[in-house]
Amino acid sequence: EPTTMMNADLRRERAAATFQPELLTHILDGGAERTRRRKEIEALVINDPDFQHEDLNFLSRSQRYEQAIRKSSLMVMKLREYGITDPDEIYWFKSFVHRGRPEPLDLHLGMFLPTLLTQATPEQQDRFFMPAWNLEIIGTYAQTEMGHGTHLRGLETTATYDPATQEFILNSPTVTSIKWWPGGLGKTSNHAIVLAQLYTQGQCKGLHAFIVPIRQLGTHEPLPGITVGDIGPKFGYDEMDNGYLKMDNFRIPRENMLMKYAQVEPDGTYVKPLSDKLTYGTMVFIRSLIVGDSARSLSRACTIAIRYSAVRHQSELKPGEPEPQILDYQTQQYKLFPLLATAYAFHFVGAYIKDTYHRISGDIHEGDLSELPELHALTAGLKAFTSWTANAGIEECRMACGGHGYSRCSGIPDIYVTFTPSCTYEGENTVMMLQTARFLVKSYTQVSSGQQVTGMVSYLNDLSRQRIQPQHVAARSVAVRINDPVSLVEAYKSRAARLVEAAAKNLQAELNHRKSKEDAWNRTSVDLVRASEAHCHYVIVKLFTAKLAEITNAAVRAVLTELCLLYALYGISKNTGDFLQAGILTDAQITQVNQRVKELLAIIRPNAVALVDSFDFHDVHLGSVLGRYDGNVYENMFEWAKKSPLNKTEVHESFHKHLKPMQSKL
Amino acid sequence: SVNPDLASERQTASFSVEKLTAWLDGGAEHTRLRRAVVEAIERDPVFSIENQYFQSQNERYEAAVRKAVHLQKKMQEMGWTDDGPELKYIYRALSGDLAFLLHRIFIRSISVLGSDKQIAKWIPLATQYQLIGSYAQTELGHVFDIATQEFVLNTPNISAMKWWPGDMGRSATHTVVFAQLYINGKCYGVHPFIVQIRSLQDHSLCPGITAGDIGPKMNFEHTDNGYLMLQNVRVPRENMLSKFCEVQPDGTYVRRGSQKINYFTMTTVRISLISDEVVIPLMKACTIAIRYSVVRRQSKLKPGEQEAKILDYQTQQEKLLPQLAAAYAFYFISDYLQELFNRGYREIQRKNFDMLPELHAFSSGFKAMVTQHSTSAVEICLRACGGHGYSLLSGLPSLYTKIVASCLYEGENTILLLQTARFLIKCFMAASTGQPVPPSVTYLAAVTPEKCPAKNKLDFLSPDIYTEAYQHMAARLISSTAAKLQDLIQSGVKKHDAWNQCTVQLAQAAKAHCHYITVKNFAETVEKLETQPGIQKIMKHLCDLFALHGIFSNAGVFLHDGYVSGAQMDMVTASYLDLLAVIRKDAVPLVDAFDFTDKTLNSALGSYDGQVYQRLYEWAQKSPTNKQMSPAYERYLKPLLHKTLSKL
Repeated sequence: EPTTMMNADLRRERAAATFQPELLTHILDGGAERTRRRKEIEALVINDPDFQHEDLNFLSRSQRYEQAIRKSSLMVMKLREYGITDPDEIYWFKSFVHRGRPEPLDLHLGMFLPTLLTQATPEQQDRFFMPAWNLEIIGTYAQTEMGHGTHLRGLETTATYDPATQEFILNSPTVTSIKWWPGGLGKTSNHAIVLAQLYTQGQCKGLHAFIVPIRQLGTHEPLPGITVGDIGPKFGYDEMDNGYLKMDNFRIPRENMLMKYAQVEPDGTYVKPLSDKLTYGTMVFIRSLIVGDSARSLSRACTIAIRYSAVRHQSELKPGEPEPQILDYQTQQYKLFPLLATAYAFHFVGAYIKDTYHRISGDIHEGDLSELPELHALTAGLKAFTSWTANAGIEECRMACGGHGYSRCSGIPDIYVTFTPSCTYEGENTVMMLQTARFLVKSYTQVSSGQQVTGMVSYLNDLSRQRIQPQHVAARSVAVRINDPVSLVEAYKSRAARLVEAAAKNLQAELNHRKSKEDAWNRTSVDLVRASEAHCHYVIVKLFTAKLAEITNAAVRAVLTELCLLYALYGISKNTGDFLQAGILTDAQITQVNQRVKELLAIIRPNAVALVDSFDFHDVHLGSVLGRYDGNVYENMFEWAKKSPLNKTEVHESFHKHLKPMQSKL
Repeated sequence: SVNPDLASERQTASFSVEKLTAWLDGGAEHTRLRRAVVEAIERDPVFSIENQYFQSQNERYEAAVRKAVHLQKKMQEMGWTDDGPELKYIYRALSGDLAFLLHRIFIRSISVLGSDKQIAKWIPLATQYQLIGSYAQTELGHVFDIATQEFVLNTPNISAMKWWPGDMGRSATHTVVFAQLYINGKCYGVHPFIVQIRSLQDHSLCPGITAGDIGPKMNFEHTDNGYLMLQNVRVPRENMLSKFCEVQPDGTYVRRGSQKINYFTMTTVRISLISDEVVIPLMKACTIAIRYSVVRRQSKLKPGEQEAKILDYQTQQEKLLPQLAAAYAFYFISDYLQELFNRGYREIQRKNFDMLPELHAFSSGFKAMVTQHSTSAVEICLRACGGHGYSLLSGLPSLYTKIVASCLYEGENTILLLQTARFLIKCFMAASTGQPVPPSVTYLAAVTPEKCPAKNKLDFLSPDIYTEAYQHMAARLISSTAAKLQDLIQSGVKKHDAWNQCTVQLAQAAKAHCHYITVKNFAETVEKLETQPGIQKIMKHLCDLFALHGIFSNAGVFLHDGYVSGAQMDMVTASYLDLLAVIRKDAVPLVDAFDFTDKTLNSALGSYDGQVYQRLYEWAQKSPTNKQMSPAYERYLKPLLHKTLSKL
């Protein structure tokens, strides 16, 4: 009977919750039926002996790669065997198999196959798609170069068309042009879609995609002219063979350029593509996944830290009494509960972007792209905002677990190293923030010239009105009600408006002083990033608040309202300067906000464990001794440590090799 | 040859790098000695860390033991001694990547806590490595058995198992443990004991001892952090370290001298870890990230021009340059603490313990503030290097995972901040009733103006203006928290509950105090540089940047009571952003002055010659994943590609 085995502290915590965690799980999953299906798929994987293996923490990088490859190939087979085709269900299956970690076929499944579908001609699909589907061809997507990342125009790899043989000659002309980082490239793939500058008839036609065979089918040896390998050890991503690729006069047939849009004719004539806004859509989609991933990764870290804080006892709060749970310390609550609220906020934001994307991409097929620029601008900023916040939040959760958080057995180091690259990939975060800022400044300029803007930036329309009636600025501060999320949305809105306006004005001032637009932009970029952050923060508070109205169960709505308030008020208390300087809140209100945050910590405290239980991570997926559902931390930590490679023999060989000889010599 | 993008940065330095290095070292003769020691270490292949990023936990541990053993030989050979000036340079050259560091603490604790007889017995054994020690602060119960004249040691339950001590997992034969002492059922508090845990013959565990390695961690793979469980382990009476108290054969407990000295050991460790474990890694991270940021080019700042160095972007400067300023600020605060400590030590030798509370509070608060700030600074450096920062070959992940542990060991940071806060609240209460307080906290009772007097953005480049702003802010946070505590207690809340309800504010107040002292100390350090105008000028810029960045990033606490107005905050921001562009020009010389060798940095991104891409490419070839055919191919990939696994 599992409940009798459960740690007494956790049992008490669960009994004291004021709401049913399952109901909240259903909301996070998007309905009870989806929760049921997710658990069904989870059980398929977790009960499958083929997917069992030793704790990855004790394996070398090569062994981890090997396990991942083994599981990936089984996964592809079983997905087909079970007939799982829905993208969400595939995602669930994959994350249970790989326990939320990357795997060597990620790029094959996530980039190579989809790119063939969207950019290959029917003839190319005939040649490549089925072999790739059947994994005779394993491909990757080679875009990033050693010296060039986010700025795509800077890529140096060349593909020069030779009409004499009707081939492209691929070259990596410099060290900086070596393809670097693509997943699955180092050891796994035998093909790559390579992004290169196309040269034909003596002219550069910009970046295009080419299907390049890189390894011999049969022997898996690199082809002549190809240098390929693994880029070495990283912070995380141990199971991924991120690779390098250098090409020296490597020839591929003309038909290997992906030619659904742009084309090179046999004589070398270049045919321009029709405008291609769909790539916008792909970026929006991938960035929306990162927002969801920020929510999930932070949720996992919160689950571990909060459960552990309920099990761990330390020092004394009251003289003479037993050591309290560390979750009873205000400083511990202050570390963890705002992050818990953030995890919920990001879940709802991720779901919103995904839904909006699906709604708009329906429109795209009917030709209505009007909402796409705003969604594109918004997701860039939200990708950066959420991944930065989650990145720092995961580390705070780990630190909140004290020394044991530092052990790999806590699982948090792995969550962190797996998550942190998302601040860089799919668009470096600062660059993303500046993309959002560009849209905000453009909208501000439109408003200044008398036009109205719509969507999430429509608050900028109010700025012109405020300028006519300046007394409203002062009146506004009194109006903020710190216990009303709707009123706090307004406060965040005012802050965003003020910072967008300040950045736009500073940009204008720089432009008045200097000639170059780029220079002025650069000299304002710190302000611009702040404006974007404030805008994203406003959007998140707004979406979280809007979500509350959809919750029908009163108990769940009550606890989510508390989290929403905590999220909004904590954000104010961490950015008091912005709210004070703009006159949105007074000194006295800030003091009240700080006080209210602490009251909310105490209010949320009894539901903390139930709130992380609602994320419903299976222990196998969580991969943490500290975060186990049953809370039996210490005995399992001991069992785990005994399996450490250093403990394989009682006396380590270093004793005989080094210690013993030294002792006899000295 | 040096990458021209890096070479050009060095040509425009506004000061002499060599002079700055010498000044940081405390004189050119120290620089010479440091370089000689580092060179001797680096020339010796046993100490090479070249392949470190490719090694497993077992290999790292073995290398650390090998190096520690070899170091004994090397020191004899070179005539270096354990108390010589070379020791800190040796440690710097090895980046602390060697075994037996806890062995040193074992020795130190016996020297401080042991009787003369105990010192005479144990210290020679330890220094000659006849035994290897560890050190474990623990909550074990020790019962004195009068019949056998022994202490009986037991770990009462699994959660009391000792976990984490370095050198314990595999190496140590002995350990100092701290435990509650019971005699005839009466508890006498925590005392230190020497316990043997492994055989001196074959290194097997002694009876009643369960010990081993605690498993993989984020870093410190070279260290065998261990667990220890004791079941009816008997230790002779003579093994209780008895400089300050003794248990006599009949069980009589005798106390002599003050136990306050126990705090002093912790204080020493905290102060030395700030410089060795925190400031140096931060300096390395800055060196790597800043050098890389002038080699890496991305996008264009002006149409038609070459892609720009990423350090020319304001957002990149805003990430890195405040961290560089912090590295200098913390280097100076670590000197300040060392001086405070030396003064305290002289007093203690004169049996004057008056300075202990201040020393203890300062070492706690600064340890917390500096480790926390530096940890996030290193992480910023890591992320500022984009994808390549994520490669272990950049050196940044291991700097990060190592420095981050400093927030946890030698006292968890939140707990330490609260200790400092307790001291500050006490001093505030004393000061406000006119009682004397240590000079470092007299500001708590000082009268300062109600409003910041700055009139334009240049005024914020005056150390008086910003130091006073920090002082005002720290005093305000401490006094308002004290008032809140008083209010709660007066309204009937129990003292400990009131304290818990104020802990978030208390921790903030303690940090504010440390921040203020750091700014003040930086400004005073700059002032003393008048004989070296070239260096003084750039240090003044860094000091301004450190101070203004702090105000910019904590605007709310400065605005809160109207001390700084909204308009003044805009001036702060403007001055702060102007400074970024000024310091940008000297960024590379400022990290060159830290004078780390390429071998010490062990970074493909941060080497002196800036041949980043070539080095990344060459180092990647050395990866074991490229040397051998992966067994995964034969076992899984081949059948998969050839479809013998099963028909898909």
